[in-house]
Amino acid sequence: MAKEIEITMEELKSKIKNTTTFEEDTSTSGGSRIEAKDVKVWYDDFNAIKGIDMKIKPNTITAFIGPSGCGKSTFLRLFNRMNDYVEGFRMEGKIKINGDSIYKKKVNVEELRKEIGMVFQKPNPFPKSIYENVAYGLKIQGIKDKKLIDGRVEKALRQADLWEEVKDNLKKSALALSGGQQQRLCIARTLAVQPSILLMDEPTSALDPISTAKIEELIHHLKEEYTIIIVTHNMQQASRISDYTAFFYLGELIEYDKTRKIFTNPEKKQTENYITGRFG
Amino acid sequence: MINIEEQRVTLSKIGEEMLNLCQSQVEQSFEAFITFDTDIAEEVILKENRVNALDLKIEIDLDNFIALNNPVATDLRFALALLKINYNLERIGDQAFDIANYTIDLNQKLAPELVEKLQFKVMFETLESMFKDIVTAYTDENLKAARKVFKKDKVINQINANTFLIVEEEVVKNPALVKQYLMALVVMKKYEKIGDLLKNISESIIYYIDAKILKHKKKK
Repeated sequence: MAKEIEITMEELKSKIKNTTTFEEDTSTSGGSRIEAKDVKVWYDDFNAIKGIDMKIKPNTITAFIGPSGCGKSTFLRLFNRMNDYVEGFRMEGKIKINGDSIYKKKVNVEELRKEIGMVFQKPNPFPKSIYENVAYGLKIQGIKDKKLIDGRVEKALRQADLWEEVKDNLKKSALALSGGQQQRLCIARTLAVQPSILLMDEPTSALDPISTAKIEELIHHLKEEYTIIIVTHNMQQASRISDYTAFFYLGELIEYDKTRKIFTNPEKKQTENYITGRFG
Repeated sequence: MINIEEQRVTLSKIGEEMLNLCQSQVEQSFEAFITFDTDIAEEVILKENRVNALDLKIEIDLDNFIALNNPVATDLRFALALLKINYNLERIGDQAFDIANYTIDLNQKLAPELVEKLQFKVMFETLESMFKDIVTAYTDENLKAARKVFKKDKVINQINANTFLIVEEEVVKNPALVKQYLMALVVMKKYEKIGDLLKNISESIIYYIDAKILKHKKKK
């Protein structure tokens, strides 16, 4: 079984574009391609997702929008198998990353999650130092090389546009940072393990406009190296930062198109009514 | 007023008021010019203040609408279209205002044969019909009515294109009427401009209803 997992991981790695070793410190993991085929989800008897097909291109930002309870977060959490822990969860259909199904029995979920980082609504730094927060993922992976860890911590903090603000206080508690800095720290922590996909579940909903703008700018830059999916209730945010927008309603994908099209002339009346604030 | 739908209805009604005001200005400017009625011409000139006030009100209201509601899709197209419609209507008002001033400056009634030869009435009836289409298109969101305007504008352009040659020939035959001919030429050009502005309005209405940008496209 262990061997099988190793092979699977190798396959997964080989599918990811432009993977280079960290030592070069010029690594760009490259975004992954995501594909969902006829995906249905139940929580006990409740049918939360009702047969969704979707293809997400690498190195794009896709916004999931829709009223609360429409299934967008459930759908997002399928990509890193976070719903597996929810009691009564059941799924049908296929989700593939770079062509590999991630719900096969032989897939090592922990390895999968190294490829798929996630940022949540509220910043959730560990009660540790700034440095330890970012290094945490690497250490639990068994990496002991201090020089390598230092390099990755710096790179991740730079990518998250936080390095200049914290470089002289890396030993300071992460909890002493502002909300916006904490969220960027969480993004850095995610980036340190070099994923190829970033899932963001309302990452700025608890932040002020300045911090939100910084995160949005950051997301825009990260697109060059990652495939990003963001769940947001903020229509302006979806229209500002995403390339594609998917509108969910009652567990169905109502419309999925280029963001410019969705926000100027959507095909479906339901989409128009939602984005113009007429319902939801 | 928070409801965006209600705000749109209110804005749309002010737009309709502006449309009716400018339409009446054009009608009166024609009547004043053809019949040499300086009272009506004065009325057109006075109405210019109302047109300008309404123009400002629409601009400020739309500024607020956009800034406070962050409209998208149909709401955004509505706001952008109304901004352009308002701008074009205000310019139509300016043309009518100029014609009213020319009427007073000319200080005489146009010779009936001049009105006949230059096809003033055909031109005005066509403009009147374009206004009717615009009102239907605007109030009923009627694409078909909006599209009718383009063909009619071509009629206006043709009449205007003939004007210069006719004036060139007639002024030689009857040099005493040279002032009237020259003034008729200028006024004709003003009505032709009103036709163009109505066409622009029609394009904005189509953009709002159908999300299609027809500006600078030959085939409409």
